Amino acid sequence: MSMNREGRPTRPEAGEGTKTDTFTGNRALMLEEPLIFELKEEEGTGVDFADAPQVESRLGGLERNRSIGIPGLSEPQTVRHYTRLSRQNYAIDLGLFPLGSCTMKHNPRLNEKVARMPGFADIHPLQPTDTVQGALGLIHMLGEWLIRLTGMHSVAMSPKAGAHGELCGLLAIRAALEARGDAREVILVPESAHGTNPATAAFAGYRVESIPANERGRVDTEALKERLGPDVAAVMITNPNTCGLFEPDMIEISEAVHAAGGLVYCDGANFNAIVGRVRPGDLGIDAMHINLHKTFSTPHGGGGPGSGPVVFSEALTPFAPLPFVEQQGEHFALIEEETAGEHHGQGFGRMTAFHGQMGMFTRAMAYILSHGADGLRQVSGDAVLNANYILRQLEDVLDAPFGDSGPCMHEALFSDCGFQGGLSTLDLAKGLIDEGYHPMTMYFPLVVHGAMLVEPTETESKEALDQFIGALRSVAERAKAGDQTLKAAPVHAPRRRLDETLAARKPVLVYKEPERAQAAE
Amino acid sequence: MSLYFTKEHEWIRVEGDTAIVGITDFAQAQLGDVVFVEVPEAGRQVTKGAEAAVVESVKAASDVYAPVSGEVVEGNQALVDAPDLVNTDAEGEGWFFRLRLSNASELDGLMDADAYRAFCDSQ
Amino acid sequence: MRYLPLAEADRQAMLRAIGSNSVEDLFVDVPEGARLSGKIEGLADHATELSVERQLGTLARRNLVAGEVPFFLGCGAYRHHIPASVDHLIQRGEFLTSYTPYQPEIAQGTLQALFEFQTQVARLYGCDVANASMYDGSTACWEAIVMARRIKRRGKTVISAGLHPHYVGVAQTMARFTGDVLDVALPELTDGAPGDDADRLLAAIDGETSAVVVQYPNILGHVRDLSEIAERAHAAGALLIAVVTEPVALGLIRSPGEMGADIVVGEGQAIGVGLNFGGPYVGLFACKEKFVRQMPGRLCGETVDADGKRGFVLTLSTREQHIRREKATSNICTNSGLCALAFSVHMTLLGEKGLRQLAELNHAKAVAAAERLSKVPGVELVSGPFLNEFTLRLRKEARPVVRAMVDRGVLGGVSLGRLYPGAEALRNGLVVAVTETVTNEDVEALAGALEETLA
Repeated sequence: MSMNREGRPTRPEAGEGTKTDTFTGNRALMLEEPLIFELKEEEGTGVDFADAPQVESRLGGLERNRSIGIPGLSEPQTVRHYTRLSRQNYAIDLGLFPLGSCTMKHNPRLNEKVARMPGFADIHPLQPTDTVQGALGLIHMLGEWLIRLTGMHSVAMSPKAGAHGELCGLLAIRAALEARGDAREVILVPESAHGTNPATAAFAGYRVESIPANERGRVDTEALKERLGPDVAAVMITNPNTCGLFEPDMIEISEAVHAAGGLVYCDGANFNAIVGRVRPGDLGIDAMHINLHKTFSTPHGGGGPGSGPVVFSEALTPFAPLPFVEQQGEHFALIEEETAGEHHGQGFGRMTAFHGQMGMFTRAMAYILSHGADGLRQVSGDAVLNANYILRQLEDVLDAPFGDSGPCMHEALFSDCGFQGGLSTLDLAKGLIDEGYHPMTMYFPLVVHGAMLVEPTETESKEALDQFIGALRSVAERAKAGDQTLKAAPVHAPRRRLDETLAARKPVLVYKEPERAQAAE
Repeated sequence: MSLYFTKEHEWIRVEGDTAIVGITDFAQAQLGDVVFVEVPEAGRQVTKGAEAAVVESVKAASDVYAPVSGEVVEGNQALVDAPDLVNTDAEGEGWFFRLRLSNASELDGLMDADAYRAFCDSQ
Repeated sequence: MRYLPLAEADRQAMLRAIGSNSVEDLFVDVPEGARLSGKIEGLADHATELSVERQLGTLARRNLVAGEVPFFLGCGAYRHHIPASVDHLIQRGEFLTSYTPYQPEIAQGTLQALFEFQTQVARLYGCDVANASMYDGSTACWEAIVMARRIKRRGKTVISAGLHPHYVGVAQTMARFTGDVLDVALPELTDGAPGDDADRLLAAIDGETSAVVVQYPNILGHVRDLSEIAERAHAAGALLIAVVTEPVALGLIRSPGEMGADIVVGEGQAIGVGLNFGGPYVGLFACKEKFVRQMPGRLCGETVDADGKRGFVLTLSTREQHIRREKATSNICTNSGLCALAFSVHMTLLGEKGLRQLAELNHAKAVAAAERLSKVPGVELVSGPFLNEFTLRLRKEARPVVRAMVDRGVLGGVSLGRLYPGAEALRNGLVVAVTETVTNEDVEALAGALEETLA
């Protein structure tokens, strides 16, 4: 079997439980909350309706005759239920969120205000386009900013998230090569790449081959150049890379790939490190997706929604998907299937219904206009400074595998080298939870053992950084001393470690009423 | 009855022209708690070195390769309800599938128990 | 700058601590030619909140707002009233600014809400299990097609003419690269069963078919029983995929799951999310228990913690991209978290009692509107069962009529010419959606506008 270096403990160690000595099981402001299905209100509802006029049904006999099984709660109960749930979440609003590669920067509330302006929120995607010129104008304006910030030629705004944007970029590459009569089968991906890269390449119909990293944490440029050939369609590079380092050979790599007839896809997840001061277009790339929910502050919302516009070089522009916004004099046109034929016959098609994540466009636009060119340059400067500060302040206590190869970019990478007593990165992370922080990204990138990737972002003050450094230092010291109490961490969180093995062996994905569950057994 | 091992951490126990295949104890320890196993159905043709089964732990999913070519006689249905057998008895009850060999000479390149132990030590 | 807390003194102190002279020195690895010495030219500098609000407010006011005119557009995005508390709850910082729940001990808020969401979706759709949402209905539909192909190991999918053309477009785009064969057709304005091509579907299902895809209600608003199609698909060894773009309909009509659909997908936007000019929306995905390991997307499951307390975690993640890499079931990374929460909160406020009342109100208003509009000279209702959306056959091409009605201050529906440009047989078709937000005055205004523009 193929060995995967992931495998890490997922079942909680049997240990001392933290027993609650209250009647309710609550602990002051830490409140336990049952499922809505356990609140037994199947006839309840928190919405009032006007009476329906009497009409003859035109349902064709399809009227429902079974109960659905969805309870309703009054407004007070609903508000309380979700408020209590919210208090069991860590969030950026609460503290530093050091997730490497996720860019957990502050989510400005102006974004929320703008997104909710009725002129943006209460318009339908299929309204005649001259009734939505402001919306189309905003999409166009955002697209122009993204083009200028990246130094590229055009932009596809419709992809719904980063992975969707990667797919968009690869499909454009595939369409371009097919149009040239030169369909190729292989895509090269560095072994340090994020898992979406090979997954997307496979989804786009390519065979994936891995390029090793060198001992300085960068792509092995010689190995990459050696592998290039008439069967290589593209190279997918993340720059800055997943080790938090800039790829200094990027221009050389792009030139070599182009010379061999291939194209360069750049994963823009780490754009925050260089926004406003380096343009990926100057590095020779052909396509790059941008995560609006990372670099441009649209909220992560507990896992989404994201938005992944893709910028294209001149070579790939004809193959971009539909629909897109085009400025025609004073007017903004929406180029869809019908008008594509005149302008854009080689586009590879449509990736989604409607036009894209308008709600995220308005938020990102508010962010970009707020910062401007000077502010965005400061964003990358402060992001990189903050990460280097963390790297240098902690490298005496945590192993930094590439600490000697120069400054890092916007994230600092550590390993579990030096941990004693069988303690792992996971144990350190759970210990950090008790200190009041969400852990950093763990076990990624795969090229470093027990990897810990810390990205503070530019919206952290020096005080916040110092507090975080102190907390991480404290837990790291415990790990290096082999402090076994870390195995029981976290002890103060709303839940202790959860049994993920049980969840995967016997998946319970929906609620089953106790009588129903018993009957099923 | 002969027991061989592959560099991909599969074991194969051969008896005449049929054999049983599983993953080694070393492999299951690396994987962690196994939560799901997909075994091939009877009648399926497998090729040496190609994917024959899938084993999933909570955080890792791995392909299990056929050590030799042949036709699957039986997949171990016990693993459907009790995937943890792979952890508790990888080289016994946790077997994956039984097959009829199509080319016994393919066994020549495989390791014996001592060679496999040495191979694991070098990992 | 208001979002950047570092003061110059802080920067100097930090540079000293790390032993660098300037921030620029930290970019030493960037090739000289690519390192810009100053800010990017030709772009505006930073702006105050006041200024940004003004600028974007001006753009916002250049759009015709649905709530300010008689409004009848549907076709995959529906205008329903969202209770005020939904937006307040999703804007709580602990929901808005939290991340994917990879550290479950401090993400039980998100995880429990997702578990409730999955349960609501599964029950609404009449299925055993549901995932934690996808980007939107159109990508969920494509993922269902891929899932069915994976399960059945057959290469052809038969797609009903009643499937939203954008959803068809997404599938056709993807299939061009994956080699999936799609059997598609244009809808017809058939009286009694607009857009319904059950005969064609039943004839097309064969031993090469992995799935049949049917939208319910369909793009023309029509509803029909899916049981027969389900039976015939199963008899041929294929799966039935049902697509629901208007989930409110399920408050009043039977669910696709109970009629035999194997996989049910759709758009959740109508509940909790709002029009938002097309996004972000929320894809819903549900299926039978036996297919759970083939489901794409994130899944939240129940478990216990070290103290034996019930808790929730993301599970079955080995199917996903960050573990399987090239062998993943899809490349999806994100679900539509906050939109799924909005759906769930709204659904909790409604409950099935409220959802039924909402659907009844929608249906009653739609029936009344259909009757009123079919009395307008030059307007014919394409008859057949519907819930809150129906199709009119006009005596003239519908697209210019829609444009002309805008001049009369009415957003009167979606012309089939907009959705199917070049389809001659459909050019006189107008799809009208009537939700609880429509008043009698609105209907009169639409009737009047139609009468004038068709004269």
